[in-house]
Amino acid sequence: MRRLPLNLLIGGVLITVLAAMALIGMVWTPYDPLAMNFAATLSPPSASHWLGTDEFGRDQLSRLMTGAGTSVRTSALTVLLAVSAGTLFGVVSGFMRGWPDRIIMTLNDVLLAFPGLLFALGLLAVLGATEGGIILSLGLIYMSSVVRVVRGTVLGLRAREFVEASAVMGNSRLYTMWRHVLPNCIAPLTVLATSICGWAMLAESSLSFLGLGVAPPSPTWGNMLSGSRAFLDQAVWLVIFPGLSISASLLGINLLGDALRDMLDPRMRIRA
Amino acid sequence: MTTAPLLEIENLSLAVPAAGLTIVRQASIAIAPGEIVGIVGESGSGKTMLGRAVIGLSPPPVKHAGGDIRYLGRAFSSMSEAELRSIRGTGVAMIFQEPMTSLNPSMTIGRQMEEGLALHGGITAPERRKRVLAMLERVGIGADERLLSAYPHEFSGGMRQRIMIASAMLLRPALLVADEPTTALDAVTQRDIMDLLVELTREHKTAVMLISHDLPMVARYAGRIVVMQNGSIVEQGLTSELLAAPQHDYTKRLLSSLPTRGPARPVAKGDALISVDKLVVEFRKNGGLFKRASTKAAVRNVSLDIRPGEVVAVVGGSGSGKTTLARAIAGLTTFQGGSVTFRGQAMSNGDAASRRDYRKHCHMVFQDPFSSLDPRMKVGALVGESLRALPEIPRSAHGRLIEEALVDASLDPILASRFPHELSGGQRQRVAIARALVRRPAFVIADEAVSALDVTVRAQILSLLAELQKKLDFACLFITHDLAVVEQIADRVIVMQDGVIVEEGSRDAILDNPSHPYTRKLLSAIPLLEPTTAGGLRLKWRHADAAMQ
Repeated sequence: MRRLPLNLLIGGVLITVLAAMALIGMVWTPYDPLAMNFAATLSPPSASHWLGTDEFGRDQLSRLMTGAGTSVRTSALTVLLAVSAGTLFGVVSGFMRGWPDRIIMTLNDVLLAFPGLLFALGLLAVLGATEGGIILSLGLIYMSSVVRVVRGTVLGLRAREFVEASAVMGNSRLYTMWRHVLPNCIAPLTVLATSICGWAMLAESSLSFLGLGVAPPSPTWGNMLSGSRAFLDQAVWLVIFPGLSISASLLGINLLGDALRDMLDPRMRIRA
Repeated sequence: MTTAPLLEIENLSLAVPAAGLTIVRQASIAIAPGEIVGIVGESGSGKTMLGRAVIGLSPPPVKHAGGDIRYLGRAFSSMSEAELRSIRGTGVAMIFQEPMTSLNPSMTIGRQMEEGLALHGGITAPERRKRVLAMLERVGIGADERLLSAYPHEFSGGMRQRIMIASAMLLRPALLVADEPTTALDAVTQRDIMDLLVELTREHKTAVMLISHDLPMVARYAGRIVVMQNGSIVEQGLTSELLAAPQHDYTKRLLSSLPTRGPARPVAKGDALISVDKLVVEFRKNGGLFKRASTKAAVRNVSLDIRPGEVVAVVGGSGSGKTTLARAIAGLTTFQGGSVTFRGQAMSNGDAASRRDYRKHCHMVFQDPFSSLDPRMKVGALVGESLRALPEIPRSAHGRLIEEALVDASLDPILASRFPHELSGGQRQRVAIARALVRRPAFVIADEAVSALDVTVRAQILSLLAELQKKLDFACLFITHDLAVVEQIADRVIVMQDGVIVEEGSRDAILDNPSHPYTRKLLSAIPLLEPTTAGGLRLKWRHADAAMQ
């Protein structure tokens, strides 16, 4: 029996806790996350409010749970958008070469040339600061790295003999792409997808912090952090818990990504 | 010889404790000054690790597990790291297999070669340059000052290996460890390099530990041969004695798996199945902003016919255009002139239907079974995929056909549910053969199909191919640089050089009575082990007259 790698164990536990928080938060929270209670403003963690309350007396645990849902939803959808669109363009670009490759790569380079957050800010100004807008703009930004990675992998696979063997067998290019090229891109894609998940979560929090994310009063970790700045000296728990949630989730995702890379890379597997 | 040994390996064992493996077991070899000792074995026999241990370059997971190495009577285990370093280079030097990667691509040849001299010699810079140049001239690269400021990528593989030899010999080592020094090179270059290596080491009285899987090559140059299997030395002795009367079973097996000439078959009759007429394949070199695009002809005006049921071998050195020819016939490369005709239908301007027909009847076996099988598909699916293009075969029959094909290729049908990485190299090549033959093709192209395999495995695959060819009667175009393979399997031989066919004829005519100088040179580059009446083997030189041309 092989020992479970440490990074898989810690990453898995952190991500399970995050997912549980988000899922439970969708159906049940200890208090209504929006309900104000002016009798208990800025109260420290206690038996009735485990993680304390904010300046309006809203229960912080309830708000964190609702915010977890928002974070998980946006980052998951961002990853889905980035990976599916990026894989499509990457495979087409790498497998067809010629002019489709040139057009896709030029546009992709333009996307890559913009600083990510700046580009998102610009897009959000046009699209409006909604959840859909965030997903679309972040998805577009991260798509460019997916295109790069997939195209590189496909270029390497194209020269492999099994792709040529498929052509010799009389298989169409579309079939070869689907059956032989795409499955072999999965390993690098899985690793990239986990990193994108982390970046997207952080970017969503940053945008919320800057006031361009999901608008208050609906809670996200970013805007909770942003709102708590003013009370740093009176209610330090308002900063600690959202910050801790963000860090722990990112750590979990990155550790899980590391573990996945170790498992999917056959060279690493031999050494283990 | 009565002189004290230069290097003694005594009961040396090497192990990888982390994996619980012993890779060299109780090996004992003594090498006298100036002697050439060949270490022969298949992949995984521990021969490379033994060579690495001698120069003290064992990779980190490999641990010393008993025994010792003595250099001029002094044990390695009693020496400090500094003493060991002083022995490396001047005492023991090494030449690696891959000249492409063993030279630093970002350093000029001159600086790279001088490095060793600067470390060990205490010689002034101008003197070093003089010595490097003299050595470069000696190995046949030339004595031009400008060579010193050239980078490795400006030289061909053979030239790079000459440079490697030159830089190893600059320090006049007492022992040279040569690990597969010519495996990456074609036959003619291989012979030139080996001749040079032997000449140079003889001049400097350097002993050589020649590690290779190529028994005839080793037999030609080494005075003594050590045979290794699974980490143990199974037999060692004088080359002539070992060849004439091998003692150990494994040595006998190694010797018997050398290809021998099959019986000549009657010349195939009938219309040509594939007819290639004045084929031209050119590669465009893309021009840059300031560089005009240029074209290089890889195949020039090549014409050949392949009749049903015939095995035609195309031989030639690297760069002769033989692989390009095969790829053009397979339809993997577009050609610029001429035509390829299959059963009277031209492929160049053939309509889609005839192209599909051709695809159904033509298949290819590639060189490297590690990369010609999709790592994410199981063996059954890999073989079955070949049937996809044949709609006339009902899906319900696929399972049976796949099983039959696997059995034909001497594979257990149970393997159908395995992934390629779970199989050995030989098994993978069998899967590739099963995949090619499951649709009963009329024509199979085998591009160096056995070059990547170990000697004994190669013999098995070759006889399997020959047997299946007899049974299924497909025509076969066999691309190879290995004339021994030609000897065993071909009916007809085509010799290519620089993109043109220089000679063509029946196998026996080409091998026994070559007329073109290039063919003679190719043949002379390959030593032949010939059976003697006593049951052993002896070394025979083919067309030795052409050797020095």
